[in-house]
Amino acid sequence: MISKELANLLYLIAAGLFIFDLKWMSHPRTAVRGNYAGVLGMLLAIVAAVLSESLDFGTMAIGVAIGAVIGLVAAIRIKMTSMPEMVGILNGFGGGASVLVAGAALIAAVASMSEGISMQTRVATVASALIGSVTFFGSYVAFGKLAEFLAVKWKLYTWQKVIKFGFSIVTIAGTGWLGFAAGIQPHGAGSPEGLMGIGIIVCGLLIGGILLRKKDRFPGMNALKGLSFLASIGVGVMVVQQPDNMMLFWLLGAVGGVLGVLLTLSIGGADMPVVIALLNSYSGLAAAATGFVINNNVLIIAGSLVGASGIILTQIMCKAMNRSLTNVLFGVMGPTSETPDADEVYKTVKSTSADEIAMMLDGVERVVIVPGYGMAVAQAQHAVKNFAAMLEERGALVEYGIHPVAGRMPGHMNVLLAEADVDYDKLREMDDINAEMEQVDVCIVLGANDVVNPVARTDPKSPIAGMPIIDADKARTVIVIKRSLSPGFAGIPNPLFAMENTLMFFSDGKDAVQEMINAVKENE
Amino acid sequence: MAVFVGALTVFVLAIFVGFELITKVPPTLHTPLMSASNAISGITLIGALLLAGQVDNPALSRTIAVVGVAFATINVVGGFLVTHRMLAMFKKKK
Repeated sequence: MISKELANLLYLIAAGLFIFDLKWMSHPRTAVRGNYAGVLGMLLAIVAAVLSESLDFGTMAIGVAIGAVIGLVAAIRIKMTSMPEMVGILNGFGGGASVLVAGAALIAAVASMSEGISMQTRVATVASALIGSVTFFGSYVAFGKLAEFLAVKWKLYTWQKVIKFGFSIVTIAGTGWLGFAAGIQPHGAGSPEGLMGIGIIVCGLLIGGILLRKKDRFPGMNALKGLSFLASIGVGVMVVQQPDNMMLFWLLGAVGGVLGVLLTLSIGGADMPVVIALLNSYSGLAAAATGFVINNNVLIIAGSLVGASGIILTQIMCKAMNRSLTNVLFGVMGPTSETPDADEVYKTVKSTSADEIAMMLDGVERVVIVPGYGMAVAQAQHAVKNFAAMLEERGALVEYGIHPVAGRMPGHMNVLLAEADVDYDKLREMDDINAEMEQVDVCIVLGANDVVNPVARTDPKSPIAGMPIIDADKARTVIVIKRSLSPGFAGIPNPLFAMENTLMFFSDGKDAVQEMINAVKENE
Repeated sequence: MAVFVGALTVFVLAIFVGFELITKVPPTLHTPLMSASNAISGITLIGALLLAGQVDNPALSRTIAVVGVAFATINVVGGFLVTHRMLAMFKKKK
């Protein structure tokens, strides 16, 4: 046992270490050290917590052991290409933990009832439960969409089916049991508790049912979204008024779950980085709210750091798409009536082959590669790295132009290229590379579309008007590697593909790069 | 109320610190930043541990808290570990 003061001092050191963690994240050289600081901070905080009161270690150990094994196995086995899913699901566990802690704290407070429950605890409990539940269910949806098993029409693998149906069944069964055993059975269906029980069951059915559908939109979705938002606020106020009513608390969690599912379900594709960043922010805010529930500063500090971090990333992502957060969460992206006809735009498209490209690459000085989600799908990062190394051997300067929202999460392309051992100095930011694009001999666009669409600069009526893009069209020659002329997420044709200095190489990303390597070698 | 104002002060100041720190992180490190901050948000583990270990707490409260401990631990362990795996790849070649 240590004194409360000592424990608080240790918490303070832990909070300081978390701050250093984020500070050292500002450079790849110091980032590893930063991560160690974070681990150390967490260990200190845990030691301080378990020694600050006389606690039963057995129960704690069970939870830690289960969590540690799952976390370890998942983190070691996950592939770098699946990192967006991993980050998505981890957010969810943080949010879920916040709901559970708030619930457990509320039960404990009601049972002791020595001094009544303070207003701070009541409001914080509501915030913790609501934000936590939105994060948990929202993250599950983001995970499911990134792992491509939610709201898709195609056939699923067995593991995907197990998760998809398992989650829905557990949600429906769990809420059904809770609503019946704690509400309807002891109090009768007509009683307030019974009605709350019914409410919980309805929410469970909604969540479970919606997640089994093969489409991500349905009529009345926005109305239901609004309704579940209002209901969350309403139930939240009721929990503040009657904190000792546990049924209300669970109802709040259930309604928050419906809201979380609806907020994330219709978002997909290029908007995914925004959602991941936003959920990251929520998981932090939920932790901070939990800190207010149990009056613990280290939770408040760590939670608000993460909350702030997520908000900034969200902002960066929204700005990079020239859209507001409201537009991402509630809007529909797609072609407008003004959108030019694809056949008309693509009249002058020129297709090319690896041999032709090899001849063109002979003697080039500057090459810029612009990767997009297509590179991740094709897992072409290693081939790209070999290709670049080969050109460098021949005296060319090869760099990468990275758009902030390329891929499915903030920094997605950077992680993939780092995995392929590309020097981070070669990964240039958008504004940086745009300034030099006119001196670039060959710009190779690999699996990117909307982020290089010059329409964003030229056509104020286009859905992506004003979105900052990588000015690939300003390079002397542009090679676009793409499987077909199908539109990107914005659903509009890309005049870059039909420009005079553009050549299209229709192929899978990895095969294309490999063919180019072979062709250049043969060309000598 | 005094307790609340103190906690609120900490909350607001920490948000400012967060804003200042994160704006300095380059896009290259945005993914590791997210997974690291994600691991930090697993700090809820502290709350879960305190509730799960408290012998006087009702059994239901402790049971729920143990599940919370497991969730938060997944978050912490998984988060720090994937961050480490990613950062190990960001090497500068000589």
